[in-house]
Amino acid sequence: MHDLKERAKKALKKKAAIGRDIDLSKYKLETSHEKASLAQISETDLLSAGIIPSGKGRSGSYIQEDHSVAHCNITQQGVEVSTIADALAKYDWLKDYWWKALEVDTDKYTAFTELQPPQGYFMRVEAGKKTDFPLQACLYMEEEGVLQAVHNIVIAEEGAEMNIITGCTTASSLQSGLHLGVSEFYVKKGAKITFTMIHNWKEDVVVRPRTGIIVEEGGVFISNYVSLKQVKDLQTFPTAYLNGDNAIARFSSILVAPEGSYLDTGARVYLKGRGSRSEIISRTISSGGTIIARGHLIGDAEDIKAHLECQGLILTERGIIHAIPELEGRLSGVDMSHEAAVGKIAQEEIEYLMARGLSEEEATATIVRGFLNVEIEGLPPELKREIDRAIAESENDLF
Amino acid sequence: MLILDGVSVEVAGKEILHDISMEVEPGKTHVLFGPNGTGKTTLLMTIMGFSGYKVTKGKIFYKGEDITKLPLYERARMGIGMSFQRPPTIRGLKTRQLVALCAKMKKDPEELARRLNFTEFLDRDVNSNLSGGEIKKSELLQLMAQNPDLVLLDEPESGVDLENIALVGEVIAELLDKAIKHFDEPMIEHKKKRKKSGIIITHTGFIMRYVKADVGHVILNGRLSCASNPEEIFACVGKFGYEECVRCMI
Repeated sequence: MHDLKERAKKALKKKAAIGRDIDLSKYKLETSHEKASLAQISETDLLSAGIIPSGKGRSGSYIQEDHSVAHCNITQQGVEVSTIADALAKYDWLKDYWWKALEVDTDKYTAFTELQPPQGYFMRVEAGKKTDFPLQACLYMEEEGVLQAVHNIVIAEEGAEMNIITGCTTASSLQSGLHLGVSEFYVKKGAKITFTMIHNWKEDVVVRPRTGIIVEEGGVFISNYVSLKQVKDLQTFPTAYLNGDNAIARFSSILVAPEGSYLDTGARVYLKGRGSRSEIISRTISSGGTIIARGHLIGDAEDIKAHLECQGLILTERGIIHAIPELEGRLSGVDMSHEAAVGKIAQEEIEYLMARGLSEEEATATIVRGFLNVEIEGLPPELKREIDRAIAESENDLF
Repeated sequence: MLILDGVSVEVAGKEILHDISMEVEPGKTHVLFGPNGTGKTTLLMTIMGFSGYKVTKGKIFYKGEDITKLPLYERARMGIGMSFQRPPTIRGLKTRQLVALCAKMKKDPEELARRLNFTEFLDRDVNSNLSGGEIKKSELLQLMAQNPDLVLLDEPESGVDLENIALVGEVIAELLDKAIKHFDEPMIEHKKKRKKSGIIITHTGFIMRYVKADVGHVILNGRLSCASNPEEIFACVGKFGYEECVRCMI
C-alpha cells in the first residue's frame, strides 16, 4: 500500500494519454455538509439516472452524495454491497485486487484518487450465486464545484452472475463539478457481470472515469453506457483483459452530444485467452457537440473473434463525430473486423417513411429512435427498460 | 382518380419523362411496360412526390385536386401508396412497428402478416437481410396496413419464387379490390362500386395472371405511347419487341 502511495505521488502531474488536461485545483474537496442522507436527494434526479430511491426491485443499493454515503443496503444472501472503506477494513485479501486491473500511476486522475481517503463502493457476489434483481449504485454530486473521487471494486466469484445499474447524476442546482471514478472489475471463471451505466451530467461537469476489467476463463463482461444529456467534457476508455480461454467482453454505448458537449469515449480489449470474443458497438448522435468514438481490439490468441462498430449521426449543421476504430492482430489465427459510418440521416430513409404517411419530423424521429435501439445480447429486460426509458426521455431535447 | 396532364419530369437536371398524359379512372388498374431505364419507376416516384423528381411542365391531379406541389406525406395521407423496388433498410425500426404506423395503430400487424406468411419477419429491422421476394412481401404488408385508394406497384413480382407468386398476386388483387370471390351481390354490381385504382410496372407479366388489368401502356425513351388492352400489348412486345410494338400501336 505504501508503495502505491509513492507511485501515486510521483504521477500527480502526469497528463492522461488522451483527453484535455484538467486542472484539479479548480475544484474543491471540502463540502459544507458532512453527513449525507437519502432524504436530501431529489427523487427525480435519482430516477432519471435509473436509480430507484426505495430500492424496490433491486437486490442492493449504494448511494453516495459528494463524499459521504447516503444509503447502503443489501436484500439478498450471498451478495455484498458496502463502502470500499468498510470492505478494505473487513477483508485483508482485498488488497490483492486494489489497483490490479489498472495502474495507480496511469495518470494524474488515478494518482489523485489513490491519495484521497478511500471512497466508493464494493460489490461482490459469492461463487455460484446470482443477483435476483440488479444492484444499483449512484454517485451523486450535490455541491457546486465539487471534486468527487471514488475507487470501486466489483467481484463476481466463480460461476456468479450479477447485474448492476449505476446512475451518475448531479443535483439539478449544480452546474459544475469534477467526477473521477476508478473502477476495477473481476470476472472469475464462468462468471458474468452486466454493468449498465446511465450518466446524467450537466453543462459544466467534467468526468474522468478510469476502468480496468479482468475476465477469467469462460467469464462474460457486458458493459452498456448511456449518456444522453449535455456534459462539458467526458473522457473514458475502459480496458478489458480477456485472460482466460473463451472469455467474452461486450461494450455498447449510446451517446448523444448536444451543443457544448465533448465526449471522448470508447473501449480497449486485449483478447489473450484462446477462443475469447469481443464486440465494441457505439451509436452516437451529435446535435451540435463533439463525440470521439474509439475502439481498440488487440487479438493476441488463437481463434479469437472481435468486432468493432461505430455508427454516428450528425443531426445539425455543426457537430463533430470522429470514429477511431483500431484492430491489432498479433497472430494469424485471429478474426477481427470493423465497420464505421458517420453522416446525416439518409434522405431516402426519411422519404420512404413519408411515403407511408409520416411527416418529415415524425420520420426523422422514428429513424433516430431506431438508430439508438441497440440490441444488446444478454441484457436483462429490466436494464433494457431503463435504457429505453432514458432514450424516450431525451427525445424531447433532440427534436 | 388520377390525371397526368402533359407532365415532364427532370431528374438531376436531365429530362427523363416528356409530356406524359394519362388518366386512371376509379376502379381501374393500369399496367406499364417498357425496357429498363426508360422512365417507368420515375413516373411512379413522381406521382408519389419524391424529392429529386422535378415536374417541369404539366400538372398532376388526384381526386380532383392539383397535387403537383403537394409534399410526399400529404399525398400518402390522401390515399396514394407505393411499393418500392429496392427500399432502404432502417436499422432498429422493427417491421412490426412500421406496419403499425402505416395502419395508424388501427390494425394488428400480426394478423396482416399472417395473410402473407410473413409473421416470422415482423421482429426484424425494416428491410434488413431480406431476400428479393421477402422485400416484396414486406412492401405489400405495409400497403395492406395503409389501404391506399391509388396503389403504385413497382415490379411487385420480381424476385418472388414460384411458391409465393400466387399469394403475392392474390394479395395485390385484394388491395385493388379485384379478387375473384363470392360476393353477396352480382359481380357486375360489385365492379361498379369498385373504387381502388392501381398502376403496376411489370416486365414478366406474371402479375397479370392474378390481377386483371384494364389498361396497358408502353413507356419508351420517356414517352408514354398508348393506352390499349394490356394482354394485347404484352403479347405484341413478346413477339416483336418494344420498338415495334410502339410503332404499331401509335
